[in-house]
Amino acid sequence: MGVEGIGASVVRKEDKRFITGKGRYVDDIKLLGMTHAHFIRSPHAHAKVKGIDSSAALKMPGVVAVLTGQQIVDDKVGNLICGWAITSKDGSPMKMGAWPAMAPETVRFVGQAVAVVIAETKNLARDAAEAVVVNYEELPAVADVHAAIKSGAPQLHPEAPGNQVYDWVIGDEGATDAAFSKAANVVKLDVTNNRLAPNAMEPRAAIADYDAAEEHFTLYTTSQNPHVARLVLSAFYNIAPEHKLRVIAPDVGGGFGSKIFIYPEEMVALWASKKVGRPVKWTGDRTEAFLTDAHGRDHVTHAEMAFDAQNKILGLKVKTYANFGAYMSLFSSSVPTYLYATLLSGQYNIPAIHAEVIGVYTNTTPVDAYRGAGRPEASYLIERLMETAARQLKVDPAQLRRSNFITQFPHQTPVIMAYDIGDFNASLDAAMKAIDYAGFPARKAKAKADGKLRGIGLSCYIEACGIAPSKAVGSLGAGVGLWESAEVRVNPVGTIEILTGSHSHGQGHETTFCQLVAERLGVPISQVSIVHGDTDKVQFGMGTYGSRSAAVGLTAILKAMEKMESKAKKIAAHALEASEADIVIENGEFKVTGTDKAIALPMVALAAYTAHNLPDGMEPGLKESAFYDPTNFTFPAGTYICELEVDSGTGKTSFVNFVAADDFGRLINPMIVEGQVHGGLVQGIGQALLEHAIYDASGQPVTASFMDYAMPRADDVPSFNLSHTTTLCPGNPLGIKGCGEAGAIGASAAVINAITDAIGTNNLEMPATPDRVWRTIHAA
Amino acid sequence: MYQTTYHRASSVDEAASLFAKGSESKFLAGGQTLLPVMKQRLASPSDVIDLGRIKELQGVELSGDTLTIKAGTIYYDIMTNADVKKAIPAIAHLTSVLGDPAVRYRGTIGGSIANNDPAADFPAALLALGATVKTNKRSISAEDFFQGLFTTALEDGEIITAVSFPVPAKAGYEKMRHPASRFALTGVFVAQTKSGEVRVAATGASQSGVMRVPAIEAALKANWSPSAIDGVSISASGLLADIHGTAEYRANLVKVMAQRAVAAAG
Repeated sequence: MGVEGIGASVVRKEDKRFITGKGRYVDDIKLLGMTHAHFIRSPHAHAKVKGIDSSAALKMPGVVAVLTGQQIVDDKVGNLICGWAITSKDGSPMKMGAWPAMAPETVRFVGQAVAVVIAETKNLARDAAEAVVVNYEELPAVADVHAAIKSGAPQLHPEAPGNQVYDWVIGDEGATDAAFSKAANVVKLDVTNNRLAPNAMEPRAAIADYDAAEEHFTLYTTSQNPHVARLVLSAFYNIAPEHKLRVIAPDVGGGFGSKIFIYPEEMVALWASKKVGRPVKWTGDRTEAFLTDAHGRDHVTHAEMAFDAQNKILGLKVKTYANFGAYMSLFSSSVPTYLYATLLSGQYNIPAIHAEVIGVYTNTTPVDAYRGAGRPEASYLIERLMETAARQLKVDPAQLRRSNFITQFPHQTPVIMAYDIGDFNASLDAAMKAIDYAGFPARKAKAKADGKLRGIGLSCYIEACGIAPSKAVGSLGAGVGLWESAEVRVNPVGTIEILTGSHSHGQGHETTFCQLVAERLGVPISQVSIVHGDTDKVQFGMGTYGSRSAAVGLTAILKAMEKMESKAKKIAAHALEASEADIVIENGEFKVTGTDKAIALPMVALAAYTAHNLPDGMEPGLKESAFYDPTNFTFPAGTYICELEVDSGTGKTSFVNFVAADDFGRLINPMIVEGQVHGGLVQGIGQALLEHAIYDASGQPVTASFMDYAMPRADDVPSFNLSHTTTLCPGNPLGIKGCGEAGAIGASAAVINAITDAIGTNNLEMPATPDRVWRTIHAA
Repeated sequence: MYQTTYHRASSVDEAASLFAKGSESKFLAGGQTLLPVMKQRLASPSDVIDLGRIKELQGVELSGDTLTIKAGTIYYDIMTNADVKKAIPAIAHLTSVLGDPAVRYRGTIGGSIANNDPAADFPAALLALGATVKTNKRSISAEDFFQGLFTTALEDGEIITAVSFPVPAKAGYEKMRHPASRFALTGVFVAQTKSGEVRVAATGASQSGVMRVPAIEAALKANWSPSAIDGVSISASGLLADIHGTAEYRANLVKVMAQRAVAAAG
């Protein structure tokens, strides 16, 4: 490791512009002649659109156009797609209703757009929007998943009878039933995984610019994956062929999954830009973010776990209802199936698992991947079950976990995943030591003497990251491959540009990706720049989500680097009159090993581009690219332990300590990893204690602003105690597993396990608000 | 935001005359309520008259047994003021748990009580301490000033200039923060006047806004200690209920916060 190589906590290069206010986000971009869009959104959860009268609005100052859902359908812009096909247990394909970018006939959630006003300024567009008269005929609505599947419930889509999208199963039902029939003990638990609003700091935004002469579109958008956006907009939405559509995702202020998807607003902006012949900008406000950014989680689950007399797990049965909202968002179908049920084995040796997942439409905002996407739901369920089991079986929760840990790798679970490596005992040991687990009973007793309810809770999570082997996900119904591409350009003066299909929206790629180059070439990271987020610059990419950018994206860069280095060594060997095999790269120089003969990288680069004296037959230039497709998922895992006190008078939770022992494989930049873990833990704690996107029975959102939706703040969370145990991932040459989601996946179970330990119950839903905890204490 | 005309007044008199000229004028103090509401297009004043630069509305004075806080004083300046900390430390504490740093640097005591949000912190202090609200026209007792949800005794165009607090023998404020907004999910201010009267006010609890709590006052009058409230029962009837707290929970909080406020008051 050099001072800026792999493993160094290098200060982030990108922070200079971010902390001095010089970031360039979509809303900072202004194009000549730009107009502004304001969407007219349904105030009803379910209604027929009987008519839209825009005559008064069109006469208002600065109004360029009012465009409606019927017009976008008439212009044959495609409906939104769901990119992962799921098959129900009866063999039928999932049942989906159509989702037009603006509703021509029926609105199915509060906030769904029915029309858009295009005007000279944003305020003029808002003024005119108030003059557009939309005639709605209200229909009965349903927001709750159980209510939606009852007979007689309001029906959302004729294509999906009973509001059921699919009824999907995984695992061996017969083997699981057989395991349960042998059980000495069965532990049962009902859990709800609360719906969350993602709330990236930067709201979504788009600018569409149509060039009529070239029949070419440019879209600036808040995307985690601009190439996927271009692919979907071209292939399915009939906007423009790929070579006539450039998608740019500049600085993007957070995504957490919510900016993976291609939303109606981008489609409408592109279409409207061509219609009005001018650039169209839309910047969402916070309320629109609450109403239209894809929500996360929202599962209702019953689970049972069978144990033998020695407290070994025999089997697991799970039945989950997943609320999809009113439409199937881009990757929504995969979240409660292949990203959830495939992780139900947790860190444990479970011989038989059977899970059934029923996907349900409701009159709520669509639900899709949100930090962790399915894996937090799985981890929360398993870790709540293990804690509940320990209490029921009267064994120490750490010991129950330890005695069921998988210790031999690779390990094939009964639910598709093959864990490649891990050391679950090591992370459990590290976390127990960090929190002084052995000393807890004494601390609890002392707290009790002081009138405090103290609890401790464990969470031993595992997740599948670095998504994913294209062949594997293809066989499971994915509509895309999940490889990554990279290009390394060494300029004639020896500076280096790395083009990547990964997208940085807070992850720090502009620093960490340079560290790989510094590590391999011994050049300072100031000589390296990262180019991303523009389909005209980077050939292709699958983007950033699922903790994949280091494990997959950086590995693609490594592959391209290896090709470039190989060519550069040939040039150096030729210049130094040495054998290529004797060339080593150190401190920015190509050296003949064991001698003082060397040639600096800029001279090698210059030789490549002058091409005056290259080895016979060699092409000029020093630029290589690579596509990398992983062979397996990666499996970050770890143990979180939370110790807290509950105030019985108010139900309020106060953290005493929170320790995290993670195994992420190799770390590129420990400081950035620490930041990722902090952010993830805060989101997990936010889910456990504060956050909940709530609808009333009529489908009206109750939490559409920060006055009602409780986002965690700095003083809501403890100072974290982090550590790492390391097993290098064998699936990629850098040994990386990924760290972006772990905190959000593992934290919530640790918190709820600790609160339920403190107050002596197994039944406590998230978020464990003071009111809910107080009522639970005093109901007991 | 709808179009509006902004005026920056340099005196109370000028502010009052500007207000009278507008067809639908609003005073702007710290802007912690008015500006968000305007941005959401829920208010469309023709004229906004900014009181923030009026010097006579700034500052704190301690004179004998009266602490006077001028209406335009921001929370941060109240929280850090030596006279406030000396005379009524419970007010300094209340201000320190009000909102968040951004709110405390903009919001004013006058703006808070003029708005009379049912979960605002300051109304509880005024009511429990028996404060007097001074306006450009008259003096109004806190009892008369607060008239229910977002309703006060203020007449159209009347400007709060200061709030005068009699310095109590003892006072304390404890609050359960609303997890999202940081208003009071329920907050209770307890005070014992120098003449021995006990006054207790709760905010965030009642559907009618800030309220006195006679049962707790009686218990504390008999015995000024947290345990004196143990036997008091607070009815959930008429209390606020929302996703962050049921009426029963708020009833419990009135009691628990009162006990803790007494403990803090000493």
